[in-house]
Amino acid sequence: MADAPKDIEALIEIMARLPGLGPRSARRAVLHLIKKRGPLMRPLAETMTRVADTARECLNCGNIGTADLCPICTDDKRANGQICVVEDVADLWAMERGGAFGGRYHVLGGTLSALDDIGPEDLRIPRLVDRVTAEAVTEVILALNATVDGVTTAHYIADAMAGSGVSVTSLAQGVPIGGELDYLDDGTISAALRARKAV
Amino acid sequence: MLPGAYAKAMEWRAEGILLNVRRHGEHAAILDLFTKDLGRHMGVLKGGASRKMAPLLQPGAQLDATWRARLDAHLGAYSVDLIRGRAAEAMDDRLSLAGLSAVCALLSFALPERHAYPGLYARTLALLDGLGADRWPEAYLTWELALLEETGFGLDLSACAVTGATQGLAYVSPRTGRAVSAAGAGEWADRLLPLPGALMGLAGGDPVEVVAGLRTTGHFLTDRLAPALGEKPLPPARQRLVDLIALRAQPRST
Repeated sequence: MADAPKDIEALIEIMARLPGLGPRSARRAVLHLIKKRGPLMRPLAETMTRVADTARECLNCGNIGTADLCPICTDDKRANGQICVVEDVADLWAMERGGAFGGRYHVLGGTLSALDDIGPEDLRIPRLVDRVTAEAVTEVILALNATVDGVTTAHYIADAMAGSGVSVTSLAQGVPIGGELDYLDDGTISAALRARKAV
Repeated sequence: MLPGAYAKAMEWRAEGILLNVRRHGEHAAILDLFTKDLGRHMGVLKGGASRKMAPLLQPGAQLDATWRARLDAHLGAYSVDLIRGRAAEAMDDRLSLAGLSAVCALLSFALPERHAYPGLYARTLALLDGLGADRWPEAYLTWELALLEETGFGLDLSACAVTGATQGLAYVSPRTGRAVSAAGAGEWADRLLPLPGALMGLAGGDPVEVVAGLRTTGHFLTDRLAPALGEKPLPPARQRLVDLIALRAQPRST
């Protein structure tokens, strides 16, 4: 089979670096884009150029937006005294999908990790401490992953907040909606049992 | 045939303690396992980065692992079953979690790959099984002494390096790792490291003594072991644990 022209091969190579795509699926995606040049490829290229020029991290919370402050940080209705701390922007988006949280966020940009040598100074923890004072925060909700690194980070933040008078809470752990006990790991079942509540 | 492990050409099966997991591509993970007869051993686990595997692959987990490779020099592939997870229990207590992280990080830091340390493995297993116990910090200090011993930087606390006395030992030489008595130290006392009773198993669980002992073992980990490993910095997980133990050693205001 003859190779595609050089520019198209270069595009396939770049697409293959995206998460979820390999060389074969990237080739299929590029072929599809080329076939839909007008309705799909051009708008995609224009949008990507625009976002590449404007996308940036919010100076306040670390969320991704197209201005110095993200829409959540500029929305006065979200200033309810609660800050939800998440590891990554993807976690923020997951929380927003649920629509259950009405406060503001703080994106750490990772968790403390002995393996990767990530310390507190590599995360946005000092900025979080500043925000707690500046934004009259009453509760910090730690929505970090239930991993050794995630919980270690939660403990570190709770210690950093000690004495500030702010309530520090974390998300509950237990049986997911639609989850079957038979398929849960022992650790989750133990955590769920310890966090049981009256019905 | 490896004792305690089922082995044939480029395949073995053994129990091991999971030290760390590093993502490998989108779906796989590289496991760093500490086994009794094979020491630290890495391998790829297909699907190791999946959400299904995440609860099982937390540091400290006891795994039943089978490792296969075409050649012994290859990284090889693991298949694993969980025997016992430790992270979920440890997450409820700061000190336990910090202890679990410190033990796994130090082993991963200090031990070479594919070199057996059966004695240290047994001690590590006992230490992790005792996580959360009242005198766990003291057990951890003893474990650090064993780690130094196994890696060639053991302390000799049997007699004074100056006088030969076996009583009244109060210091450790930062250069030789040998005990020094108060009488033998003389005017050099302020240049020596403390030798608290905890280092000789005499403290009775006093956290102040444990912290002093960790200061001494920390010196040898930082100034002796780390340079021998190419000036790698000591994992910060150990310092977090020492800080927590020190915090508990402080008298509580009423």
